[in-house]
Amino acid sequence: MNNHSEKAGVLSILFMGLGQLYNKQYFKGFFFALIEIFFIILMLPFTVKSLRGLITLGDTPQKMVNGKIIQGDHSIFLMVFGIISLLVLFIFAVIYVINVKDAFRVGMLRDEGKKPNNIRDSLHVLYDRGFPYLLLTPAAIFTLFLTVLPLIFGIMIAFTNYSSPNHLPPRSLVDWVGFENFINLFKLPSLSRTFFGVALWTVTWAVLATVTTFFVGLFFAVLINSNGIVLKKFWRTIYILPWAVPGFISILIMRNMFNGQFGPINKYLQAIGINPIPWFADPTWAKITCILVNLWFGFPYYMALMSGVITGISKDLYEAASIEGASARQQFWKITLPMVLFATAPLLIMGFAYNFNNFTLIYLLTSGNPTNASYNFAGHTDILLSWLYKLTLEQNQFHMASVVSILIFIVIAIISVINFRNTRSFKEEDMIQ
Amino acid sequence: MSAKGFKGRFVRVFIYILLTLTAITSIYPIIWIIMSSFNPGTALYSTTLIPKKFTLAHYTELFVKKQFGLWYMNTLKIAFFTMLLSVILVVATAYALSQFRFKGRRFGLMTMLVLQAFPGFMTMIAVYLLLLQLNLLDTHLGLILVYSGGAIPGGAWLVKGYFDGIPRSLPEAAKIDGAGNMTIFLKVMMPLSMPILTFIALSNFIAPWMDFILARLVLRSTDKKTLAIGLYEMVTGRMNTEFTMFAAGAVMVAIPITILFMFLQKYIIQGLTEGASKS
Repeated sequence: MNNHSEKAGVLSILFMGLGQLYNKQYFKGFFFALIEIFFIILMLPFTVKSLRGLITLGDTPQKMVNGKIIQGDHSIFLMVFGIISLLVLFIFAVIYVINVKDAFRVGMLRDEGKKPNNIRDSLHVLYDRGFPYLLLTPAAIFTLFLTVLPLIFGIMIAFTNYSSPNHLPPRSLVDWVGFENFINLFKLPSLSRTFFGVALWTVTWAVLATVTTFFVGLFFAVLINSNGIVLKKFWRTIYILPWAVPGFISILIMRNMFNGQFGPINKYLQAIGINPIPWFADPTWAKITCILVNLWFGFPYYMALMSGVITGISKDLYEAASIEGASARQQFWKITLPMVLFATAPLLIMGFAYNFNNFTLIYLLTSGNPTNASYNFAGHTDILLSWLYKLTLEQNQFHMASVVSILIFIVIAIISVINFRNTRSFKEEDMIQ
Repeated sequence: MSAKGFKGRFVRVFIYILLTLTAITSIYPIIWIIMSSFNPGTALYSTTLIPKKFTLAHYTELFVKKQFGLWYMNTLKIAFFTMLLSVILVVATAYALSQFRFKGRRFGLMTMLVLQAFPGFMTMIAVYLLLLQLNLLDTHLGLILVYSGGAIPGGAWLVKGYFDGIPRSLPEAAKIDGAGNMTIFLKVMMPLSMPILTFIALSNFIAPWMDFILARLVLRSTDKKTLAIGLYEMVTGRMNTEFTMFAAGAVMVAIPITILFMFLQKYIIQGLTEGASKS
């Protein structure tokens, strides 16, 4: 009598639905069997072909015969369909496992002498216990195809030579090149020079941008909070006002304000007798402009945050310190400052990651210019991300762009992992469990 | 800081001067662009802070010489559908992950966290190429799908946190009364979550208005452009001969967004305090 579960399980392994039929759950059995039949008849040939295409990436290029174009293999289509096939195969495998487990479980019920559910009860259970799965399905599909698929696809491209001018389908084929692109990035002079130069500026920029906004924000938070300053809320609100304007508009406005020849800033400088500054034309000034504009944007964030922390510090601490004879200055350095830094220092890491990838600011403000002749498609103020964007949209060097994006990701991933250890949500989640 | 005595007063005056100067720096660009939009002429060079002659011509030029109205409708359409789609996806996901305990839940949570960490750019090229192959490039639908899909990880995490904060007694009481899953979802939990839902809806409505990167990546033809792309091209295209029009456009885009943003801020605070007081 203990055999039902095993027999059912084995039957379901052989063919989906068999185990359910054996358990006399006919509807379920037919349903599972149908899925497998559907897969074998409709999907299998496609899957096999796509997987093969994924491995070879096409053998026949486009040909011109008697003035007419004969379509060859489209390498990228093959790759995309290959990945889709893998995903579909994966989904099918999951359903297969569900089918086996279900047959086994119901078989066990029979071994224990209980009667398996009929279709109505099954549906009821499905609706009841399967509700969360139902809710998750749309989002899962979206995520699978719009996030996971592009991700896998993007990573794979780094290992091909998909680029202009010689490897653009449908005219030409794309091939797998292994780690060649990565090696080239570091070995090929023009590429490595660009990569290291841009990477260096990206790190410098991220550090400077984060540090300046952090400390200027701190400065203003302390300033506004000091004794005897009235209209605290007014000052805080006014500094936050720029945020209400959409970011890209503000940056474009700044782009015009700092315009070397016609912008108002240079006009005013000239009015006071200072020579106009080449805000965008000179490489060093361009970098300074980026930092300045980012400061304008960024310091209110830290200021607001730190103001919140400062006002939250219990007054009792200050009173106790006063009683002990501490001066105002000592109170600041020993109470205020440490508490604020303790609360906001974790944000420095997040800020670094944010600025590391602050594509919007750089691209909209300077477009990466001024151009650098010794760089491969990058300018003096380009950060890794904006260089990547140019490689993709303007130069069609998809393979290198992909390589760079993987490298950027590795950096960000490391930072994120460090950060996750401190994420409150995650910790609370564990506590609730 | 000591507020007594002459030294104290001197320091305070100094602080006030510093604060005022910074306030001017913060506001100046905004005032400048508003004034520029009223300036006659088209070039950056000829604009002065106080216009020599007030003119509203540029506001009309936007609609006549450029396709501002079209951009506006495009962006509105994209924003609206993105809002709908993302709310549905986010809420369903968050609800499932918060209220139920099921196999694969931990996996789902981990996936969301990891995906949240993946910066958008990683998928940027791939999404571009993918849409290219699927012929969804240069379509609004493609953009809407991408925006909505991208909204899931971050939004779901936030909403899940909110759902976690609603006391279990409420849905459990409903269940005892015999309510089915859907009923609990629609009649009990949804009304309680209005603040966070509004927040998600509003932020996903605002986002497409402000997005430039993805829009520029996906959309090509002139009749599909959004406001962000249109404004960008006005400033970077020619040599600043369309500056004043840009200014007018900037003002027209910034005002509604600013208002929405202010409104959103109130909701965040309201939602957060309500969520806290509930538990």
